Amino acid sequence: MAQHMNLTLKVWRQKNDKTKGKFVTIQAKDIADDMSFLEMLDVVNEDLTRKGEDPIYFDHDCREGICGMCSLVINGRPHGPKYGITTCQLHMRSFHDGQTIVIEPWRAAAFPVLKDLAVDRTSFDRIQQAGGYVNVNTGGVPDANTIPIPKRIADEAFESATCIGCGACVAACKNASAMLFVSAKISQFALLPQGQTERYERAQAMIDQMDAEGFGNCTNTGACEAECPKGIKLSNIARMNREYFGAKFFREEDVHTHS
Amino acid sequence: MSNSKPVLNSSLGRKLIMSLTGIFLCLFLIVHLIGNLQLFKNDAGYAFNQYAYFMTHFTPIKVVSYLLYASIILHAIYALVLTMKNKAARPIGYAQFNGAANSKWNSRNMGILGTIILVFLATHMYNFWWKYHNDQVPYVEYRTDLATGETAVQEIQATEFNDYQVTVENNVEIIKARDLYKQVDFAFQNIGIVIFYVLAMAALSFHLIHGFKSAFQTLGVSHKKYVPIIEFLGVWVFGIIIPIGFALMPLYFYFVK
Repeated sequence: MAQHMNLTLKVWRQKNDKTKGKFVTIQAKDIADDMSFLEMLDVVNEDLTRKGEDPIYFDHDCREGICGMCSLVINGRPHGPKYGITTCQLHMRSFHDGQTIVIEPWRAAAFPVLKDLAVDRTSFDRIQQAGGYVNVNTGGVPDANTIPIPKRIADEAFESATCIGCGACVAACKNASAMLFVSAKISQFALLPQGQTERYERAQAMIDQMDAEGFGNCTNTGACEAECPKGIKLSNIARMNREYFGAKFFREEDVHTHS
Repeated sequence: MSNSKPVLNSSLGRKLIMSLTGIFLCLFLIVHLIGNLQLFKNDAGYAFNQYAYFMTHFTPIKVVSYLLYASIILHAIYALVLTMKNKAARPIGYAQFNGAANSKWNSRNMGILGTIILVFLATHMYNFWWKYHNDQVPYVEYRTDLATGETAVQEIQATEFNDYQVTVENNVEIIKARDLYKQVDFAFQNIGIVIFYVLAMAALSFHLIHGFKSAFQTLGVSHKKYVPIIEFLGVWVFGIIIPIGFALMPLYFYFVK
């Protein structure tokens, strides 16, 4: 049998990005400990709707930890008190009866609040569009494994590619830096032969866009790596720096940016 | 060909400046500590005062010292610029922020630690560098009998000679120099200065435990073999040996001399 608990939520409520927000205290009653955190919010929202109040607006989609849509800074930590999971994978058994839970949106100038706990993460999309792609010739489907890639390299590229773009790295960083995200997106292509064509302009274009979006500067605290639900490693940031400085200092003639 | 932003206007370019100036300042600390170990010699500053003259008058060293002052200023200015940009990147902060769950305290407070070190540097430069260069330290004469090797020390007046002089008369080597050693001894009789210096070295330790390895991460070093070596050096050489070595100097003059 599931244990039930009553909780006090301090939730950030904000009408839109033009208005100022504030914390509102909401009681969450009779919450089962096997609910996910988002299911707990669903229950609270049903209650609010029944009372004719505006439900809490929050992002979610797949609810199985692979889409990167759910966010929330819960008691001072992105995706809550556990490591290596998203908010939809966080269960209420991680909390106790009578606990006060502070729920805030991702805080960054580049992630403006849309409403309540939902933020606009299209700045990530624009960084990706700036250079996070490969050009592929059309034509017949190539045979599998025609391009030799060492297993170690393939694994490393794959690990970088597991980034779901949730933005927890930005939320956790004291500087609101997006460098873990950008470095993962650069690495997944920089490591592979298919990514070589755009390699040096990619690093420049994506970092230019990252700066233009107003993200902060990495001070290598490692908070992003610790809070990343997918375990994206700090070594990606070192690789991004190599890619960028390599392009800037040694490959300038080879680079033709489109912007 | 490229029309992307110039390196030094980019986030990574600014970090590169922090990294390179930081590493240069770390290298300086090694030389500074080894040179200043002469303070522990019980020779009334015979070696140390000659070393001080050499370090302030040998042209290549002077060039490096100007590079060093430039590095300190650049490191501080870029830190300020980056910090302001970082603050702007999060205009509304968190009501609750549990940084301890995901990062070390010193890595999150490099600015505070750096500010303590900067205030220390201003004090330190005033106490010794400024006073040395502006005739505010006493003068000393060492008379060494070249036959017996015995040295006699006496304080002298500044008017008798200009800056530094080595002569040999009747098999006696006479060295006249500014007595920076005496100035060190004098400054470190002040318990306030001693405490401040020791606390500043603690700040330096925490700053470098994060800063040294962080500088190499910014340069893009990620290597299975070399990163553990960098981390080891960052903790043991720059975080422990160097700050303790420096902190022992005021403690030695206050408690032992």
